[in-house]
Amino acid sequence: MSVAEQSIAGAEARGHGFLASSVGRKVVMAATGVILFGFVTVHMLGNLTSYMGAEAMNHYAQFLRTMVHGMGIWVFRAVLLTAVGLHIWAATTLTLDNMAARPVGYRNQQNVASTWASRTMRWSGVILAAFIIYHLLHLTTGTVHPNFDHANPYANFVNGFKVPAAAGFYIVAQLCLGLHMWHGVWSCTQSFGLAHPRYNSLRRNFATGLTVLVVGVNISYPIAVLTGFIH
Amino acid sequence: MSKHFNLTLHVWRQKNAKCDGKFVEYPAENISPDMSFLEMLDVVNEGLIRKGEEPIAFDHDCREGICGTCSMVINGRPHGPRERTTTCQLHMRSFKDGDSITLEPWRAEAFPVIKDLMVDRGAFDRIIAAGGFISVPTGSPQDANALPIPKESADLSMDAAACIGCGACVAACPNASAMLFVSAKISHLGHLPQGQPERYLRVRDMIAQMDAEEFGTCTNHGECEAACPKGIKMENIARMNRDFIKASLTYRPATTSGGGAG
Amino acid sequence: MELKSKIPDGPIDKKWEKHKFDLKLVNPANKRKYKVLVVGSGLAGGAAAASMAELGYEVECFCYQDSPRRAHSIAAQGGINAAKNYQNDGDSVYRLFYDTVKGGDFRAREANVHRLAEVSNNIIDQCVAQGVPFAREYGGLLDNRSFGGAQVSRTFYARGQTGQQLLIGAYQALERQIGLGKVKMFPRHEMLEVIVVDGVAKGIVVRDMVTGEVTSHVADAVCLATGGYGNVFYLSTNAKGCNGTAVWRAYKKGAAFANPCFTQIHPTCIPVTGDHQSKLTLMSESLRNDGRIWVPKRKEDCGKPASEIPEEDRDYYLERKYPSYGNLAPRDVSSRAAKQVCDEGRGVGPTRLGVYLDFSDAINRLGAAKIEEKYGNLFEMYERITDENPYKTPMRIFPASHYTMGGLWVDYNLMSTIPGLFVLGEANFSDHGANRLGASALMQGLADGYFVIPYTIGGYLAGIKPGTRIKADDPAVKAAEQAVNDRTDKLMSIGGKETPTHFHRELGKVMWEMCGMGRNEAGLKKALELIPQIREEFWKNLRIPGSGNDLNQSLEAAGRVADFLEIGELMCLDALERRESCGGHFREEWQTEEGEALRDDENFAHVAAWEYKGEGQAPVRHTEQLTFENVHLATRSYK
Ligand SMILES: Cc1cc2nc3c(=O)[nH]c(=O)nc-3n(C[C@H](O)[C@H](O)[C@H](O)COP(=O)(O)OP(=O)(O)OC[C@H]3O[C@@H](n4cnc5c(N)ncnc54)[C@H](O)[C@@H]3O)c2cc1C
Ligand code: HEM
Ligand code: HEM
Ligand code: SF4
Ligand code: F3S
Ligand code: FES
Repeated sequence: MSVAEQSIAGAEARGHGFLASSVGRKVVMAATGVILFGFVTVHMLGNLTSYMGAEAMNHYAQFLRTMVHGMGIWVFRAVLLTAVGLHIWAATTLTLDNMAARPVGYRNQQNVASTWASRTMRWSGVILAAFIIYHLLHLTTGTVHPNFDHANPYANFVNGFKVPAAAGFYIVAQLCLGLHMWHGVWSCTQSFGLAHPRYNSLRRNFATGLTVLVVGVNISYPIAVLTGFIH
Repeated sequence: MSKHFNLTLHVWRQKNAKCDGKFVEYPAENISPDMSFLEMLDVVNEGLIRKGEEPIAFDHDCREGICGTCSMVINGRPHGPRERTTTCQLHMRSFKDGDSITLEPWRAEAFPVIKDLMVDRGAFDRIIAAGGFISVPTGSPQDANALPIPKESADLSMDAAACIGCGACVAACPNASAMLFVSAKISHLGHLPQGQPERYLRVRDMIAQMDAEEFGTCTNHGECEAACPKGIKMENIARMNRDFIKASLTYRPATTSGGGAG
Repeated sequence: MELKSKIPDGPIDKKWEKHKFDLKLVNPANKRKYKVLVVGSGLAGGAAAASMAELGYEVECFCYQDSPRRAHSIAAQGGINAAKNYQNDGDSVYRLFYDTVKGGDFRAREANVHRLAEVSNNIIDQCVAQGVPFAREYGGLLDNRSFGGAQVSRTFYARGQTGQQLLIGAYQALERQIGLGKVKMFPRHEMLEVIVVDGVAKGIVVRDMVTGEVTSHVADAVCLATGGYGNVFYLSTNAKGCNGTAVWRAYKKGAAFANPCFTQIHPTCIPVTGDHQSKLTLMSESLRNDGRIWVPKRKEDCGKPASEIPEEDRDYYLERKYPSYGNLAPRDVSSRAAKQVCDEGRGVGPTRLGVYLDFSDAINRLGAAKIEEKYGNLFEMYERITDENPYKTPMRIFPASHYTMGGLWVDYNLMSTIPGLFVLGEANFSDHGANRLGASALMQGLADGYFVIPYTIGGYLAGIKPGTRIKADDPAVKAAEQAVNDRTDKLMSIGGKETPTHFHRELGKVMWEMCGMGRNEAGLKKALELIPQIREEFWKNLRIPGSGNDLNQSLEAAGRVADFLEIGELMCLDALERRESCGGHFREEWQTEEGEALRDDENFAHVAAWEYKGEGQAPVRHTEQLTFENVHLATRSYK
């Protein structure tokens, strides 16, 4: 038996499959991240219907709820839920590992290459998780909505953002999304192994562009409602 | 002649792995800008010995930036403020009169402190032992020129092979991840045709060992690349991830089951 | 003491082949019953430990660094020689052999050197197979450069990091065996004693440098591959930890020390800046391929910046004196030439101990990018240390102690005068005579480790019964441990005022001045008075804080200095007794009218091997006569 074989056997005995390994979990995080960012981007585009008025948006919502005989949305929700679950699982276990990897910190570490966004991923992520829960209770189930109407998503949307505190939280959450996305989009390409000096600046620019677009448009919704542009 | 100056050092002192450590302040007087950082510490240590105090223990050997022995985090940066420089190659002209300098050991669970500024980097050796090699016993391999290797591959391999195993990447990484080091070895061998037969075994084995050593995971902060004295690129980490994904997707357990000849 | 070189008979090019066949073999099933200790994990030790483990022996390997990968072989920049003749420029095994014997100024054994040249080719094949990323041409084939003392391009290189890349190759092979459980590695362990029973080496005593624990390891054979003792000069291009301790302890247990005075001063190092200096940094000799060495013709110009000195006022003294080799004259010749111009007052730089190494011609010819590709990391290193940009102003260089050709005496099998104690790499005296050519030490270390010892150790082990190792509680083991502990206690209990480094520096000054590039009778006699004085002061006035049962870097340093204080003395004695000039040993009394080394082949065509006779006793000088049947004794000329 070669050493390679031996240590593979050893590794598997330690339960070192793909999901147990650090890189494997990174890949899970990146793959689920792509699904989530993909959703957020499409979601942002879909919500543009709000600028087209109540009918357009309600129609769009109706389409979502009825596509593939009403099954579509459930498939879709299942995928999202799994992605969020895996993402949070990977993020949590890796974060715990990472914290354990440096039990004693430095007196004052000087960071030179990392960004504020990269260092706050776990916090922007947690805020995003909180936001998602709130957001679902707010605009999907209506539980925390002042006057929710199942049949009129457009009204829910407008009325929801008329509460300044809610709109404020949305805006803060979108800024967190921006941080998470700006680092995450770039980072997940690295996790998938997509790095080449020729395309590296492209990766950065893509992350920046997508982030500005998604966050910019998303923030515009509550602002548009608050300023009365959408009413 | 250039002017000599004075500094204040705040040095992490820790008797051994079991004891707790603490920062102790020492003056460093009459320092010449031409001294290397370690020569400055030599001066401080000679003073301590003459006073009968234990000198500050720090790792060093070649003092020319190649053995990777010297370590220590200087004012929050592994190997100090200059880019692509080991501590032994850092010169005191990078500091000025009256500066206060904090010295700490590499900090990582996988690198336990041995004494003061010295840590145990044996984890790196064990990662190499797990797969960071080409299995070619001493003997009579084919002629060296029988296998032409594109210059580009040889150069990329050499770029990665420049790693000196110092561990600054781990020290700098907010997650104490060893991925830059591990990926450098994987790229060094992976860029060469000789490294192909074991390429996918190697990446699995080395990563398994890296995880077993309790290093953190890369979240792409890039601090490692900035701290690396040999300019090892993060691109290697991406390459390692790629190989690992492929290795995992195509993995099948060994099928041969011993068996004698004839 | 008898020095039996055991050189096989037959024509020079058949000796090794015949010897390999004549050596007894160890039955494969028995190999694992033999245990071999390898002290040192550099090119020689790392290669040996890995190769012997592959053969099936049980191996334990020791080094003082925290990892075997950090042995000082890592610092070699320039390259490694091999007689591949890939450049079709007339190279051959015979030519490499010839150049090495001649380069060593006819003080090396022909048979050993020929074997070295023979296996040089296997080394390159082996290293490439391991994944050493040697420099290549666009066609994908290996590139070569030329080095001092050769008129062919036979040097293989990996940027300016050849040593590191070769060592990493050996280290990977070693780690592979460690992973397989075939080698047990003991990093941060310093060897402090050889265990000798009935005149045969049976083990070693080591100190765990982290815990201070002293332990013994018994085995069937011991290999020392502990590198050179160049740090005797205090300032040298060696790593801070390089020491003579292992070989010195072996010497004191009966291993003859050969040619201790043969030390190499390397011509291209960065000059000293002040008293704080702790080491000197080498600038690879390969720089001499493209750099031109000069000083101002007139003393008065020495203070001016180089750019203000016009071409006609520059003295390219190597090109002038040695037109056919020019800037590539061998190291000893180049070093002395530099010393000479500085002695004439024409040196440059703040201390006036420096000469220029100028790349402006090469940059104009090839472009800065090409120069950067070839030497980028060396230029960067220079810039780090001196704060000057060598692309713009010429480098300043000066000679520094670099390599020791002398070392423990070994026979053709690499065995010392203590049976069972083998010596490999820079630690032995064997292949370089009085001067080592550039890029030949890496070759020798790997030759010894990969291709010589795996054969010759079998010949030795086949002669002893498996399972007859001494026990760990043998009185000889206990006595050796006791000696180590006593020594530590003695060092710890002096309670004086001065640091180990202080004494090392004092010794270094004496050695550099009186036993350095130029030596003469009066100076050597003076040194032989001064060194014992420093030693006496050392044992009276040394101070080591802390304890011996703990990590204690002052104690480590003190132990090494204590040995250097004795090695230095033997070097001076040897230099005094060798009444001729040859290679790196330049006795001012023996020079030609032009200031070249004057050999005395009649009286000194021999190896001088010193036998230890006990504390306070004068050592005895034995000789091994050298015969030159293939390369005819001639005055070296690089004109
Ligand atoms: C700066 C520099 C540049 C060089 N450039 C070149 C070049 O370009 N080409 C060339 O051919 N040669 C070059 N040389 C020479 C060459 O590098 C060395 O001669 C060679 O590498 C020595 O190898 P080694 O294995 O014998 O010893 P080393 O590599 O020095 O290894 C010694 C080993 O012994 C161990 N050790 C030492 N003492 C003890 C002890 N007491 N107890 C336990 N372990 C111990 C050490 O830990 C280490 O592992 C250069 C040398 C220097 C210093
Ligand atoms: C729900 C709580 C969340 C937590 C705790 C969380 C946490 C993290 C953490 C710690 C990382 C690692 C940082 C890195 O690898 O660079 C990360 C990465 C990432 N996150 Fe999240 N996140 C959360 C939600 C989200 C959401 C909602 C999205 C998308 C909308 C998302 C997308 C990503 C992406 C794409 C990455 C990059 C993956 C990679 O680099 O491989 N995350 N997240
Ligand atoms: C300001 C920006 C946003 C607006 C205006 C917005 C608006 C809405 C609306 C109106 C719905 C309800 C659709 C319906 O029930 O028919 C919805 C659902 C949803 N939104 Fe958002 N959203 C925003 C940002 C986000 C972000 C950043 C995320 C995720 C990180 C997100 C995740 C979801 C999810 C998961 C649903 C539920 C989908 C389902 O029904 O399964 N939203 N959003
Ligand atoms: S990758 Fe760089 S920082 Fe990390 S060990 Fe190698 S040389 Fe040091
Ligand atoms: S700093 Fe750490 S997070 Fe990754 S990019 Fe470097 S290993
Ligand atoms: S001491 Fe060798 S790299 Fe710094």
